[in-house]
Amino acid sequence: MPEPFRVILFIIFVMAFAGLNAAYLVWCERKGAGHIQRRIGPKEVGPFGLLQPIADGIKLMTKQLFLPKGADPLLFMAAPLMVMVPAIMSFMVIPFSETFVAREVNIGLLMIFAFASVNVLGLLLGGWGSGNKYAVIAAARCVSQNIAYEIPMLVTTITMVMVTNTMNLNEIVRAQAGWFFHWHIFRLDISLLMPVAFLIFFVCSLAETNRAPFDMAEAESELIAGAYTEYPGMGFGVFFMGEYANIVIGCALSVILFLGGWQSPIPFHPVGFLGVIWGLFWFLTKLYALIFTVIWIRWTYPRTQFYELLNLSWKVLIPISLFNLILTALQIKIFPWL
Amino acid sequence: MNGLFQQDVNQETFILNLGPQHPATHGVLRVKLEMDGEYIVDAEPVLGYIHRMHEKMGENRTWAQFLPNCGRMDYLSALSYNHGYVAAVERAAGIEVPERAEYLRVITVELNRISSHLLWFGAFVLDLGGFTPLLYAFDDREQILDLLESVTGSRLTYCYFRFGGVYNDIDDSFITGTREFIKRLRKRMPMYDALVTKNIILIKRLKDIGPISKDMARRYGATGPVARGSGIDFDVRKHEPYSVYSEFDFDIPVYEEGDSMARYMVRMDEIEQSMRIIEQALDKLPEGEIQPKKAVKLVKPEKGDYYHAVEAARGSFGVRIVSDGTNSAYRLKLRSPTYSNLSLFGEASRGMLLPDALALMGSLDLVIPEIDR
Repeated sequence: MPEPFRVILFIIFVMAFAGLNAAYLVWCERKGAGHIQRRIGPKEVGPFGLLQPIADGIKLMTKQLFLPKGADPLLFMAAPLMVMVPAIMSFMVIPFSETFVAREVNIGLLMIFAFASVNVLGLLLGGWGSGNKYAVIAAARCVSQNIAYEIPMLVTTITMVMVTNTMNLNEIVRAQAGWFFHWHIFRLDISLLMPVAFLIFFVCSLAETNRAPFDMAEAESELIAGAYTEYPGMGFGVFFMGEYANIVIGCALSVILFLGGWQSPIPFHPVGFLGVIWGLFWFLTKLYALIFTVIWIRWTYPRTQFYELLNLSWKVLIPISLFNLILTALQIKIFPWL
Repeated sequence: MNGLFQQDVNQETFILNLGPQHPATHGVLRVKLEMDGEYIVDAEPVLGYIHRMHEKMGENRTWAQFLPNCGRMDYLSALSYNHGYVAAVERAAGIEVPERAEYLRVITVELNRISSHLLWFGAFVLDLGGFTPLLYAFDDREQILDLLESVTGSRLTYCYFRFGGVYNDIDDSFITGTREFIKRLRKRMPMYDALVTKNIILIKRLKDIGPISKDMARRYGATGPVARGSGIDFDVRKHEPYSVYSEFDFDIPVYEEGDSMARYMVRMDEIEQSMRIIEQALDKLPEGEIQPKKAVKLVKPEKGDYYHAVEAARGSFGVRIVSDGTNSAYRLKLRSPTYSNLSLFGEASRGMLLPDALALMGSLDLVIPEIDR
């Protein structure tokens, strides 16, 4: 395939994937919440309410985009994009299957984390630019939450980079080939704390994407809608899409780093086009299982308190992830043949 | 920026307006908060957004005409308000109530108390960010509303009690339905326990948060679960028994801690105690009339000053009647529990973080129309 054609194809694919995912994850969320709460969820628009996200999108687009009094026009308008665009960019390096990846970048992991940190800036500017007290409180919460959570997340990631010797996401997945016990989460021979490391990473990605039970930045019963309070119509819609895109990125990273990415649980991998489909199937299955867990958690637990979150991060997650780093280094040194 | 919001730019604190349209206030309550970052320096509840002059209406309407008003103050435990008013007028006019009617009053009021506590439970967890328990609680509450609808005719703003009795008798389907409901709720309570009460996040959000000392509760005249959560063993049903409450065996849950968790536990325990009362009342239910043989047509209490208090779901509800011997009250004073319970919020929330203060506010179980009356 000629290179420019390939790039355009992948850009279209990635944007469509991010957009459709955001729309249909909202549907999944509402349907899932409905069944968890013993009701039906959306069912009126289309079969099983499948057209509901489209109706919602049209509704949001028809709303007037007004600028609240006292808001900073530039920051207010730029903030949703600063949440959405980096999330879409991150999809560029996610390997959906062995050859199904827009750009196999050698520093893919670094790139995702670089883009993920822009997300916080978007929320901060959105909250600040709204000129609303609730939004400012939410923005401040968001920043301190993310600073606390990036540390254990990055320490865990460093551990994984140390294990695999690469930042190329596809290489990380290839390192987990074979039976399912070759996936990093089951590799107790590399580090005894591997399942715990997965848990830390997953919890951090929940906090990173401002999902329940760490949704203090949105906290609808305290701060109305947090940083999004003043956003009308599609401004809010873009924030929302960015949030769901970030959930997908977070879960995709968990799958790639710990659950074997596109590897199937058995050592069988067809070649050619069938292999792409086979890998895609396993990657998406694992991805959506994790996303469902995220939704499930949201509709089960109440919100944590702000200082509890910081306590959890500084007193529990950071020490454990640092200990895991040292333990992994030690085990790799003692058993260098692994 | 003007008026209330005008501020000195050099000032360290800022004013945050919580309400009158805010998801956490559950109605048109406004709290003016002076904040230092997320810490509350001072809080001042601003009332009156839903004031409907019920007390004044009591002076202009005849005794019987005021009955429907009672259901429209605390819309979540309306029957207790019916009971308070009716009992006060009966005391003033010296009307005898048949025993069966008293039993029916107790059964319906206690059912109403359970439904009120269930709704509070859901709304409180919603305040803390957990959405799902609200709908589970509504599921159970729905059964109570169906039962009460079958006997009172309405689902929310009841007007079931009459001077001297109640207006409608219960039938066998109500009795079996109530027994089945109690069996069902007993099975559901362990689920609430596992899902919510024992949840580590909830415990961390409530334990030692928003302490209200015994002294503070006394100074502000707090009653009901708020006072009982602060170690004050007072329940009108037990300490000034009215109706037929003295015939039942039930406990008053009291917790000494005074934190939000204590108030939560008091209400959860009260659901069980109310179920015990209903069961005993159904067992002992006497046959007979539900209204006096000679129907009460014209109520004209003697000149005088009368007071009657009942234990509503939120605390002690008192009705003071000053009668000048005519067919309407000279003065009708309604003492609503939440008004006193809310007034301690300013002092109790000082120095707290905003989310903790909102958890405290939720644990006070506010019903705004009852505060404003």
